[in-house]
Amino acid sequence: MTEIPEHLLKRSQSARSNAAGGDTSDAPDASDDGQAIPRALLEKSQQSGAGAVAPAGAGGGVATLAPPLAAGPGGHTQRLLTVVKSGSIQDVKSKPADKVHTWPHLLAAEFTAALFITAFVLLFSIFVNAPLLPLADFSNTPNPSKAPWYFLGLQELLTMFHPMLAGVTLPGVVLGVLILAPYLDRNPSKKPEDRKFVISLMTIHLMFWAVLTLIGSFFRGPGFIFTYPWDTGLTGIFHL
Amino acid sequence: MAKTIEKRKPSVPERLQDGLNNAIDKTQGSQAWASIFRPGSIFRKGYTDSPRNRSYVIMNSVLYHLHPVKVKRHAVKVSYTLCLGGLSFFLFILLTVTGIFLMFFYRPTAAAAWADIATLQTSVAFGLLVRNMHRWAAHLMVLSVFLHMARVFYHGAYKAPREFNWVIGIILLKLTLLLSFTGYLLPWDQLALWAVTVGTNMMGFTPVFGDQVRFVLLGGNQIGAETLLRWYVLHVLLLPFVIVIFMAIHFWRVRKDGGISGPL
Repeated sequence: MTEIPEHLLKRSQSARSNAAGGDTSDAPDASDDGQAIPRALLEKSQQSGAGAVAPAGAGGGVATLAPPLAAGPGGHTQRLLTVVKSGSIQDVKSKPADKVHTWPHLLAAEFTAALFITAFVLLFSIFVNAPLLPLADFSNTPNPSKAPWYFLGLQELLTMFHPMLAGVTLPGVVLGVLILAPYLDRNPSKKPEDRKFVISLMTIHLMFWAVLTLIGSFFRGPGFIFTYPWDTGLTGIFHL
Repeated sequence: MAKTIEKRKPSVPERLQDGLNNAIDKTQGSQAWASIFRPGSIFRKGYTDSPRNRSYVIMNSVLYHLHPVKVKRHAVKVSYTLCLGGLSFFLFILLTVTGIFLMFFYRPTAAAAWADIATLQTSVAFGLLVRNMHRWAAHLMVLSVFLHMARVFYHGAYKAPREFNWVIGIILLKLTLLLSFTGYLLPWDQLALWAVTVGTNMMGFTPVFGDQVRFVLLGGNQIGAETLLRWYVLHVLLLPFVIVIFMAIHFWRVRKDGGISGPL
């Protein structure tokens, strides 16, 4: 024999105790013995049927309708045995969601976004040329030498701390925490008001890199010394 | 006083119109046409805007069937996703197309690389424009992937059941940075050489295996001709290959984990 799953046992136990509770409180009828329909269900079905169906006092959870006087075609008579609301016996897991067709509602938006970004890249490329500096020369180090902009935060950190801390420990920890964020953040809520700490932390983190990147991009002149972009000129210190 | 019904002779434009309609009907009714355009295509005969055809548009297209037939109503709100994930993917496609164009004119050797770019800009039709587009789209993609990550974080969309897709997303972010960084060296100009020098010097600080990784990536202790070839292969073949695999998993999991995340 296989074991009966725990949740089924629990459910049957609660159903049994419900039925028993209903019986002991005001056992209305002896013929109700062995009746397994819970009280709440019974009442609900009676309420729903109250308008159209005559409530049956001793029916024991079955709302019956008196047989019609006139017989149907072929001499048959129809009899409505019971009305059971679907909600009481079906356990619906997924609620119907408010959905729209992907075509045209989503595809049209995506297509428009793609068009706009293409137009933007095209126009930008017509007016702004990608840099092409003189041929690479190992004997001529430009001043300042800068990493690509997305690594400038890291380069900025390296000017402040020991390489072991700025180049390895800090980025490693940040990356580790970021990648493990869903497992570290145990808060199940998605509402911003429930996530004040995490949101503040992320905002500080993003601003931290943004500020460092901006300083590295625009405020570091020759010798990587702090300077103002209006003193040095953007072309001397900033390349993409 | 009988009213004479005169049969008007159709004018030339009308006859042309009729002939055209006839030709369209014949073409769309042909077996070849029906075999090319599956049900739901707007080019198919008798296409009407019906729920059935709207479903067919998605189901019968190899490109669109990445999408479910229906999506949650809030998911199509531009203000929710800002299209950032989709735009990152679209920029990747744009970069692939422009990148293939550039590959026709570029040799990854220290002697030829810079001159090839210079020639591309001056002597190839649309060469300068396509190179510009490749460059700016690359920066834009780094930006959009960053912003996509921030958007997902602020919506809490990384929570169950989407935890693992967030992890894949961070890997995709790193791969995007690596793709951009490897492409940085290829023009072989002063900017490329020294930016990559600074970048790879930082790599050397990694304990235990930092120097070894740097040696393998550079093909030596310093940037040289070998580095150019290695980064070229990384940039045009290996990294795109890897990132496409991860993107496939990423998109597939979006659907498997219950579509786009719900409203806040």
